[in-house]
Amino acid sequence: MKAAVLVFPGSNCDRDLKVAFEAIGADVEMVWHKDTSLPSGIDVVGVPGGFSFGDYLRCGAIAANSPITRDLARFADRGGFVLGICNGFQILTETGLLPGALLRNAKLKYICKTVPLVVENDQSQFTRAYTQGEQINIPIAHHDGNYVASDEVIAQLKDQNRIAFTYADNPNGSMADIAGILSENGRVLGMMPHPERACDAGHGGTDGQALFRALAESLVQA
Amino acid sequence: MKARIHVMLKDGVLDPQGEAVKHALHGLGFDGVEGARQGKVIELDLATGANKDTVEQMCEQLLANTVIESYQIELSE
Repeated sequence: MKAAVLVFPGSNCDRDLKVAFEAIGADVEMVWHKDTSLPSGIDVVGVPGGFSFGDYLRCGAIAANSPITRDLARFADRGGFVLGICNGFQILTETGLLPGALLRNAKLKYICKTVPLVVENDQSQFTRAYTQGEQINIPIAHHDGNYVASDEVIAQLKDQNRIAFTYADNPNGSMADIAGILSENGRVLGMMPHPERACDAGHGGTDGQALFRALAESLVQA
Repeated sequence: MKARIHVMLKDGVLDPQGEAVKHALHGLGFDGVEGARQGKVIELDLATGANKDTVEQMCEQLLANTVIESYQIELSE
């Protein structure tokens, strides 16, 4: 299994994501945003958290127009797996790979704490090691995690079972308590919480491990 | 040639920053403030010959996220 982790100026969870992918046996290549193509043979691309380009203009807006992001879109169109976490989720909405947008938290505060999530979809190749309705504890660390989309998009996400996780106790004002969503083909997951920060007992929790494990199992079978 | 672009959250999109501004103004005793919306202004210096269509493309591709934001372009010499 081969994973790529994109690195933008201001990414700061890229190495954590690399460690999480390595823990499931992946060979990981770090890919600089100026590169115009992903390395060959990549199974999954991680778009990491952080503050790409200082969050200037809008979170993720400038990264969404980086050279590597164009190849990321082609990779996703071919059915590749993409995991965008935090700023990575913001980048995926800015590129249009996932619908909606992430606004400033409703109470305007940067929130950094571990929160309970509810697993809504246990069918996707990212989430099938969980059970629907299960609560897991995953850290969040964001200022702009307030998910918004049109009522039609929210209805579509619900109808198509594309809401992967919701917040048990909505911290940021997100519509429908959304913490993470899937693309139509279920192969692109964007989420504000950080599963890569809950992968080792030393992190204070390991509830994120199952996400990476499920992905590894899916890719081995594929 | 200059372009001045106003980017605002669309009507109906909750603007937490605008709400905070409104509450702060109420705190100062300006009770007449019924609403506040906060946006941003981007000024571009453009080479001669640039036209509004080009600036619109810039807005669509980068300067505004049209999922949540609307924009208005003013051009001046």
